[in-house]
Amino acid sequence: MNFETVIGIEVHAELNTNTKMFCGCAREYGAETNTKTCPICLGHPGVLPKINEKAVELAVRAAMALNCQVADQTKFDRKNYFYPDTPKAYQISQFDQPIGFDGYIDAEVDGETKRFRIERVHLEEDAGKMNHTGANHSVVDFNRTGAPLIEIVSEADMRSPKEAVAYLERLKEVLQYAGVSDVKMEEGSLRCDCNISVRPYGQEKFGTKTELKNLNSFGNVLKGLEYEEDRHRKLLLSGGVMRQETLRFDETKKQTVLMRVKEGASDYRYFPEPDLVKLVLDHDWKEAIRAGIPELPDARRVRYQEALGLSAYDAKQLTVTREMAEYFEATIAAGAEPKAAANWTVGEVQGHLNKSTETFETIKLTPARLAEMIELIAGGTISSKIAKQVFTAVIEHGVEPRAYVEEQGLAQISDEGLLRGLVVEMFEANPAVVEELVNGRDRKKGFVIGQIMKKTKGMANPALLDQLFYEELEKLK
Amino acid sequence: MSLFEHGVKNLHTLVKDGEVKVSELVQESFDRIDRVDGKIGAFLSLNEDAFEQAKRMDEIAKHEASPLFGLPIGVKDNIVTKGMTTTCGSKFLENFVPAHDATVVERLHEAGAVTIGKLNMDEFAMGSSNENSAYKPVRNPWNTKHVPGGSSGGSAAAVAAGEVLFSLGSDTGGSIRQPAAYCGVVGLKPTYGLVSRFGLVAFASSLDQIGPVTRTVEDNAYLLSAIAGHCDMDSTSANVNPTDYTQALTGDIKGLKIAVPKEYFGEGISEGVKENIRTAIKKLESLGATVDEVSLPNSKYALATYYLLASSEASSNLARFDGIRYGVRAEADALEDVFKYSRAQGFGDEVKRRIMLGTYALSSGYYDAYYKKAQQARTLIKQDFDNVLANYDVIIGPTAPTPAFELGAQNDDPVTMYANDILTIPINLAGVPAISVPAGFVDGLPVGLQIIGKHFDEATIYRAAHAFELATGGFALPKL
Repeated sequence: MNFETVIGIEVHAELNTNTKMFCGCAREYGAETNTKTCPICLGHPGVLPKINEKAVELAVRAAMALNCQVADQTKFDRKNYFYPDTPKAYQISQFDQPIGFDGYIDAEVDGETKRFRIERVHLEEDAGKMNHTGANHSVVDFNRTGAPLIEIVSEADMRSPKEAVAYLERLKEVLQYAGVSDVKMEEGSLRCDCNISVRPYGQEKFGTKTELKNLNSFGNVLKGLEYEEDRHRKLLLSGGVMRQETLRFDETKKQTVLMRVKEGASDYRYFPEPDLVKLVLDHDWKEAIRAGIPELPDARRVRYQEALGLSAYDAKQLTVTREMAEYFEATIAAGAEPKAAANWTVGEVQGHLNKSTETFETIKLTPARLAEMIELIAGGTISSKIAKQVFTAVIEHGVEPRAYVEEQGLAQISDEGLLRGLVVEMFEANPAVVEELVNGRDRKKGFVIGQIMKKTKGMANPALLDQLFYEELEKLK
Repeated sequence: MSLFEHGVKNLHTLVKDGEVKVSELVQESFDRIDRVDGKIGAFLSLNEDAFEQAKRMDEIAKHEASPLFGLPIGVKDNIVTKGMTTTCGSKFLENFVPAHDATVVERLHEAGAVTIGKLNMDEFAMGSSNENSAYKPVRNPWNTKHVPGGSSGGSAAAVAAGEVLFSLGSDTGGSIRQPAAYCGVVGLKPTYGLVSRFGLVAFASSLDQIGPVTRTVEDNAYLLSAIAGHCDMDSTSANVNPTDYTQALTGDIKGLKIAVPKEYFGEGISEGVKENIRTAIKKLESLGATVDEVSLPNSKYALATYYLLASSEASSNLARFDGIRYGVRAEADALEDVFKYSRAQGFGDEVKRRIMLGTYALSSGYYDAYYKKAQQARTLIKQDFDNVLANYDVIIGPTAPTPAFELGAQNDDPVTMYANDILTIPINLAGVPAISVPAGFVDGLPVGLQIIGKHFDEATIYRAAHAFELATGGFALPKL
């Protein structure tokens, strides 16, 4: 029997705000345990939440970037459950009036563009972080409690683990470009839970699903889902019955591990949060947010190909992150030729960043400096060999390329008269060599060029020298 | 003679002129508490710094002092006070010392009022007799065999017994007005959103309001003026500018249009109460007001609506008391058992009853039939008030169906106990303001007249209550 895989994904992304969702506590990843807290996020008796407007703005922005409808009026609800990571014993979330709904993402899978629908985008507060450290106790860090999150719920539109990853990659890209979230999986600012089930082809009803949680990389999403897909199929083929379970992916064992069996749906007793008033999202306010959304990667890729004449491959490489795309565009804006700017950005610059802690924003080779360097190469002032030396100097010490080339005497000699004089001088001084050259023994060319390079300390423009060599030789024939 | 007989206005002059020291006022409070609180049980804790504060206040110049400067106040124990234990009348919060002051406490301190102590109450403000305090019951100063009402029983009894000049209570379904009526003092439930809830430990967030309990209407207006107005920390707080409510106390109610709902004189309202209220209505008419009978037809749904909505919200608000961070922690192997056993030990019966009711009403499959239906009924109840108040200045009737009953008299049947609030609950559901003022006695126990006003029109309520008080004599101090 042939099975079709069905996957739906819930993503939680922390929003880029300075303060928490309902209080003024600063947000700082990696801060000392329980230092970024106050009576409000700790849920002390008597406190009340107050909405962080910036978080609402970012959630609206995310919804728009994900092609969602944005609500005109929305509200918050309480999701009630007992667990020590949630000090109020309820999470303020959104139940039946999400900020955004009916969106989609287009992603490329095996060369074809597929549309994945997004059911909803809603705003909520994060829980604390539990650490099950001891044999008979656990500890909680409340620094993260109350951090603003959006939850993005997809429709069950993915038909393979590969599609799931394609969806996630595009989603991450959009959130990052829209300036909504850091989307760092390793820091937990992007988290995803995947629901997977399989069913015989042609069957409309979904099979029993399992949920994969705590996936900390897209690689593990792929491996985890592939493992589950296989497990589901084998179990069903062997006549077994799937249980509704929650599992995690064990990286060392390379398999999914049962966390708990779900028995019926949890009852969170949602009801409207009485401590907050309804939120009316003003039309003009929303349109101002829409206008402020930076160009998203899809649009950029099209523009890079159509307006800048780059290849599809280059366009894709350059838009992997918004920082890179903006670095590239700033380089062009500073006067660099697009193809050269693209090559440097995805090649040497990215290569350097991979090995260092710097970023596109902090790198000493600023777009202006890169543009200057590209101009020095294009104008023949420096050779590509010298360019590597200049690159190293700029990236390490932040020197200005043109000034550095001049100071260090790295400029190529492209003075035609001077180089031609040297060629003539060389020919006159070595009649025997000339005779051989005239007779077609080209290997002696190396001797002549070598002598001139020696004389010019290697600074002669090699292409020009080559051209002049043949011109002068022709005269002697 | 007690200094508190002067009232805010005179005391303010005396304090400002240096004729009465703040330390004398604080001393008077503590002396009275020493003498009578053993019989009353109004206080759960006393402010040990009050004397030091008073001495410091006596040192400074007072020519620009606000009206409340130096006056002793009691605060209901569900309003958080920095550094002072706030128990909510529950074992769960026996050792809870808040890290900050409630907005109202902050405002009182800015005005110079001196907190004398924290006042006893039904656990988490759930109750109508104060017998649900986890610590001790409060007794009615007019007859200590009787209850003071609840849940702000401590707030009303402390003022009635002369232990403080005035106090703060909280009112979710009648918790200020009903004890004010039982104890013969003045208690106001402000319009929802007029007074900040920041720092009030929530019972039912959409209904809770803090309000003043005083001897006189004028003192009440002074106290409300100090605590009302927008608070940035409370999203449900209305955008209202500070108002001097004492300006409304003209003594003149000629032409005031009064509505009397027939439902407020129906079954369950005792004859004694009815008689006193009818006399009060005649008195108001004689002062120049016009009186018409009206109907609030949806009042009959109020009790059921209230117990569904308030309990639903309470079930969520009180979930944080799970044994992990506050007071009672039961030992158990499994986390869920820690929650269960801690809550079983930490909460009293009435609180448990309402948590169970609320949890049930919010449960999947029951939500539409209970919580949602109750919200719809609430809208209808609010419309009743809007309709009547479109044509009338105030609505009046009794505050409670009976005078204070004896301790233990209603403990067997929660529904009978709930019915004590049948005349006050609709007001919370509608969000409008209402006051209870003393209106005579039945068998030596006070009766309260309730005056209900339009949203944010506390001024008219005060004007009517003040004129009535001037005509009837108002507050009397019980013999203790």
